[in-house]
Amino acid sequence: MTLFYGTELSSRLMLGTAQYPSPEILADAVRRAGAGVVTVSLRREAAGTRAGQAFWALIRELDVPVLPNTAGCHTVREAVTTAQMAREVFGTDWIKLEVIGESDTLQPDMFALVEAARILTEDGFRVFPYMTEDLVGAERLLRAGCEVLMPWGAPIGSGKGLNNLFGLRALRAHFPDIPMVVDAGIGVPSHAAQAMELGYDAVLINTAVAKAGDPAEMARAFAMAVEAGRMAYIADPMEERDMAVPSTPVIGQAVL
Amino acid sequence: MQILVNDERHDVTACDLAALLDELGYDATARIATAVDGCFVAAGRRAAHPLHDGARVEILAPMQGG
Repeated sequence: MTLFYGTELSSRLMLGTAQYPSPEILADAVRRAGAGVVTVSLRREAAGTRAGQAFWALIRELDVPVLPNTAGCHTVREAVTTAQMAREVFGTDWIKLEVIGESDTLQPDMFALVEAARILTEDGFRVFPYMTEDLVGAERLLRAGCEVLMPWGAPIGSGKGLNNLFGLRALRAHFPDIPMVVDAGIGVPSHAAQAMELGYDAVLINTAVAKAGDPAEMARAFAMAVEAGRMAYIADPMEERDMAVPSTPVIGQAVL
Repeated sequence: MQILVNDERHDVTACDLAALLDELGYDATARIATAVDGCFVAAGRRAAHPLHDGARVEILAPMQGG
């Protein structure tokens, strides 16, 4: 059992809610994913449209826990203020903390992230920090009060999968008891399965589902991959070897 | 008084944040969060939060996110 700030999720697949072709397809994808959490955000809405209210009604209807994000924030102050606003609107002290440091890769600014995490934790937030796989940064985030870590697989929306397998393995090995989620960069279900096989506790997917030709079908495929990867991790995979070892017994082989 | 709401100029008569929301047509049940000059203002404190000429008000609503 994995607890995220004391809560066990119904699924290890976390799903983003952005970029779907329509609200109906989004709802269908969330259902078929059996998502344990959906991520949401806060934005200005065009005057008079009240689009936010309609979106919120849809999310409420899906009855899945929400994880608000601070997407697009580049400074500690922006991220902290956005988190405070999100807590009030969404009625949760969970926050996916993003503080972006570089625009081309949307790489997290680990220094600002640690500072914002400390401020928010002291203010009662339960922080899910979107981070690089940096071991020292992870240690600082834990010291700042985070009880969950969310390393990237690859840049957001790139679909490149797990860019630094060694780094992700090392992070998992260094902090075996910390719930960890691979967030960002996952492109296909096999990437998600791979993250779960490494022992990560969950994955967060958005673009790979939303931008698929059939988002709901892809959501289901991801759910199955996450489950398969988790089962494989628990089943303790074999060691990789450089040379072939025959699987069929050599004893009793005929000489022809 | 002229203020900025989500980066757009508005001429308003409201003197506090709660009155501003009312003037802009938000009803009391609207699920929004507010900030003034970069600082969060909780719903319960809007009526007590005065606005000044040139104030930068942000009104944010739930939106899709990753």
